Amino acid sequence: MSTGSAAAHDHAHHDHDAHHGPSGLARWLFTTNHKDIGTMYLMFSMIMFLIGGSLILSVRAELFQPGIQIIQPELFNQLIGLHALVMIFAALMPAATGFANWMLPLQIGAPDMALPRLNNWGFWLLPPAGTILLMPLVLYFFGIGTGGADAGWTLYPPLSTQSGWGIDFAILALHLMGISSVMGSINVVVTILNMRAPGMTMMKLPMFAWGWLMTAFLLIATIPVLAGAITMLLTDRHFGTHFFSAAGGGDPILFQHLFWFFGHPEVYILLLPIWGFIPHILETFARKPMYGYKAQVWSLVCIAALSVIVWAHHFFTAGMPVQALLYFMYSTMSISLPLAVLFFCWIATIWRGSMTFETPMLFALGFIILFGIGGLTGLVLADVAADAQYHHSYFVVAHFHYTLFAGGIMGVMAGVYYWLPKMTGHMYNEKLGKAHFWLTAISFNLTFMPQFFVGLAGMPRRIPDYALQFTEFNMISTIGAFALGLSQLIFVYNVVTTWRGKGEKASDGVWEGTKGLEWQLSSPPPHHSWDPQPVIK
Amino acid sequence: MSDAAVRSQANRRLALRLLGGVAAAFAFGFLLVPLYDVICDVTGLNGKTRGTAVAMAETQVDTSRTVQVEFISATMPGMPWEFSAGQPRVSVHPGEITTVHFRVRNMTASTITGQAVPSVSPGKAASHLQKLDCFCFKQQTLAPGEVRDMPVSFIVDRRLPDDVSALTLSYSFFAVDAAAGGSRS
Repeated sequence: MSTGSAAAHDHAHHDHDAHHGPSGLARWLFTTNHKDIGTMYLMFSMIMFLIGGSLILSVRAELFQPGIQIIQPELFNQLIGLHALVMIFAALMPAATGFANWMLPLQIGAPDMALPRLNNWGFWLLPPAGTILLMPLVLYFFGIGTGGADAGWTLYPPLSTQSGWGIDFAILALHLMGISSVMGSINVVVTILNMRAPGMTMMKLPMFAWGWLMTAFLLIATIPVLAGAITMLLTDRHFGTHFFSAAGGGDPILFQHLFWFFGHPEVYILLLPIWGFIPHILETFARKPMYGYKAQVWSLVCIAALSVIVWAHHFFTAGMPVQALLYFMYSTMSISLPLAVLFFCWIATIWRGSMTFETPMLFALGFIILFGIGGLTGLVLADVAADAQYHHSYFVVAHFHYTLFAGGIMGVMAGVYYWLPKMTGHMYNEKLGKAHFWLTAISFNLTFMPQFFVGLAGMPRRIPDYALQFTEFNMISTIGAFALGLSQLIFVYNVVTTWRGKGEKASDGVWEGTKGLEWQLSSPPPHHSWDPQPVIK
Repeated sequence: MSDAAVRSQANRRLALRLLGGVAAAFAFGFLLVPLYDVICDVTGLNGKTRGTAVAMAETQVDTSRTVQVEFISATMPGMPWEFSAGQPRVSVHPGEITTVHFRVRNMTASTITGQAVPSVSPGKAASHLQKLDCFCFKQQTLAPGEVRDMPVSFIVDRRLPDDVSALTLSYSFFAVDAAAGGSRS
């Protein structure tokens, strides 16, 4: 690591912009530059987003009509679980890490991430992990093996202890992706705590850095617990332990506790970086300073702290003493308080601002409304009495897609449109961007709003067939899903053409109301930036 | 030392400290396993009953109260035994010693060892069902075709909460895999 930073230091003495070192593939394999690594993370994320989307579109095609038409239940079970694993671990998490790599050093005035070599490692673990996760599914189509992980993304035993190879591959892939994100988190924490420009105190940090700092702490605290749980699963499967087998004195419910001890903070791990940069977008396009900086910072800290003590609301129906049910219900509901503060600050930021509605702003506003629906339906699910009916129904599916697609993916897209001109030096196509937003927002609601209704009416999730009365809503949902999937091709086209230099040159500030250090650099920023560091007054 | 070297040393120190945090979190994950067992024992969560016999205590029978105890017997997948309760339910008074029988039959032509795992619901009654003797305390080995009547003696504790008027005692028989010999609790 020390040699890495020494090498970076040597670079600084040469020409700033010139890029020394290998070119072609070797440049990307061995790069320790935060912008290169950030780019690779974002590209990996986009590819996996398309793969994860295709997986679930085949599921939606099967669910277009009741009965089994095109996908057998064994394959169906693989597709739903792999969709979730791909989207969470290979699309959303790398997207957030990609932004962290690109923007954190620029925003806090650091020449690079603190641990550049670790950074390279962190990224290059991901492509093998993605391959390992998906390989059994691909082999399955050629008649080899027992298929991909088919116990859902939560991998509950005893299903996962009885299942085929796919689970072992998923466990290995999860270990790799876990190591990758822990490395990324360590790097982020060290960068934020040690590499800030002189004069940038913690309370002058950009909100994005605060969001990511909380995410990084959560990852460091919870990913190892997941690693432990899936290791126990692995030894239960192959080495004769009985952690989760009742026959040997273990307990399958224990896995649910271990899994969700990681799994609930994971939700916030995905969202905290986005809650970090949404205020930047809002203040830019409302041309007003961010409202309630301190309140937002403390809300992020509160949410991160609360997120590790509410996990059991994911399995209220598994059986718990009433006191435990009440505790988990009230603690879960209490998260809505700091979240309400965030919503208030976001709305107060744009209140009476001179707003314009460029694509990033549209996505940010769509995010506020749709993520709001996701959050409010979460309050319904947190109610123990109501959850008894809604648990494991499509209501849950709709709820977490409002939080993780509208809150997660659409949030990330807001960030992509916001920073793409800064990263590439070119403006994206605004018309296509707006078309992408409206198509996404409308088809998203078309896909998931009906799922609330069928869920309330009792349609269970994770089942390839359904009762006849759910047909119409499922048809609407499938049509919406395909429209949603196809709309994303506009996004891909827009990003790729911008990257390749189409579109007018972007100015340094890009947008009219931008604040923050990254906008003081040229667009695109030089290969080595902030060396020497700026001084914040 | 130059500024860069000082910073790089500070970075490495913090990174190692965070790595320590990761190791601690990993250990915490495994610590949750025994912790979970302790919590289950204390609260009767998941209907876990004590795995060993309780000593015969003074037994004062509370004849003013009658509790239904229902029995469920099940064999898990891969367990080719026939397993049934001699009676679907009994009415007992709290404090009274009751003995019931379960019958098990090995339907195969090979010797098989099994382990029954008990569970009591509702969970809050689990710690109040005290077993003096049970076939679930140890593994059962049955010769081909062998039939065995196995007793369970139990007392329903007089401190059973008032709102519980019926409890269910369920046994699941698992085949004991020769390879998976170790037992955790």
